[in-house]
Amino acid sequence: MADEVILLDLWSSMFGMRVRVALAEKGIEYEYKEQDLRNKSPLLLEMNPIHKKIPVLIHNGKPICESLIIVQYIDEVWHHKAPLLPSDPYQRAQARFWADYVDKKVYAPGRKIWATKGDEQEEAKKEFIEILKVLEGELGEKPYFGGESFGFVDISFVTFSCWFHVYETFGNFSIEKECPKLMAWVKRCQERESVFKSLPDEKKVLEFVYFLKKIFGIE
Amino acid sequence: MEEGVKVVGFWPSPYSQKVIWALKQKGVAYDYIEEDLSNKSQLLMKSNPVYKKIPVLLHGGKPIAESSVILEYIEETWPQNPLLPKEAYERASARFWIQFGAEKGPTFGSLFTSTAGEEQDKAAKDALEVLKILEEQGLGNNKFFGGDSINLVDLALGWLAHWFQCIEELVEIKLIEPTTLPRLHAWVENFNQVPVIHENLPDKKRLLAHMKSIREMSISAK
Repeated sequence: MADEVILLDLWSSMFGMRVRVALAEKGIEYEYKEQDLRNKSPLLLEMNPIHKKIPVLIHNGKPICESLIIVQYIDEVWHHKAPLLPSDPYQRAQARFWADYVDKKVYAPGRKIWATKGDEQEEAKKEFIEILKVLEGELGEKPYFGGESFGFVDISFVTFSCWFHVYETFGNFSIEKECPKLMAWVKRCQERESVFKSLPDEKKVLEFVYFLKKIFGIE
Repeated sequence: MEEGVKVVGFWPSPYSQKVIWALKQKGVAYDYIEEDLSNKSQLLMKSNPVYKKIPVLLHGGKPIAESSVILEYIEETWPQNPLLPKEAYERASARFWIQFGAEKGPTFGSLFTSTAGEEQDKAAKDALEVLKILEEQGLGNNKFFGGDSINLVDLALGWLAHWFQCIEELVEIKLIEPTTLPRLHAWVENFNQVPVIHENLPDKKRLLAHMKSIREMSISAK
């Protein structure tokens, strides 16, 4: 029986991109359904009634929500190819810890960099750079967060890279200057087909943010 | 290298209690180290440099931090008395509820530090909404979130069965009642009767006094 896999997503969402990258790493065919979050579809509301958010993976009619939970699900179901989590329980715990760190820490200050001004923006920028430095420290000399192979933590964080141009433009700083090793890791990840095919062009994302600021009346 | 298990915890914390419940449920022997959070130990700073928080599990000297990460590690390392479903979809569903509970922490935090008036009414309303979702969509008609027996979801939400009663007493609002949330109320009773839980709860009086002082400090800091 063929699997039916549908992804409810938004092209610019770094959370949705995580699922796209995971599906691509595993070579899974799926139907992508772009969602309009200002006019939520009956399908989205039915499949994620509690949060009403994307991404949602629908596998043979059953929904799975929350991007990192979806990525783990994909890894468990399609376990015969491209493992995303290490097999050793201690290494798995470390992977979960760092993916959780990315999930808890990166989004909010990143958003404040483009959505606020003045002191609030400066604070957010400082916090954001600090967080990136912690991640750079954890990466160390390894090619990927997972060591020799691209994996769970890499997927959780690399999707923010197409938003770096936005943060740099509005925050007026250079991530390359602050965290050169991290940028080297970004470039390494972007050479992977699963990543460059799943992430939008950073210029498109910047255009989108200008548009968002206009419609939400954020200066 | 020693294979011993150590838990660095704090007696009133439901986060460190979850770890203890999981280890006890699986019959894993461990040494407990009480941390003085006003004077953090070298061990804590070394084993959780990122957050400097409890709980931390040390297994053979190797540290794991963040209670949700620790619980999954315990489940994978000691598979006896499983605390997560075997089937991938059900596991994803269990993880969803664990995450839901964690995300809604601030909602209950707001209630805990609220004082009588509009602010408290809103906080109580928001908390009730979350509890309703847990009852209707999380628990459904099951005895436990894990079905017939407790699993990681029950442990993650276990604070509702003991710590929440202290919150209710301090703000003088009862939310989990047999009339308003019958199934969740029954779950609280059932959960507290599970032997591993029943034998591993902080003393209610001591906990109430501790939470009262935290609440007063938070309110005066506002």
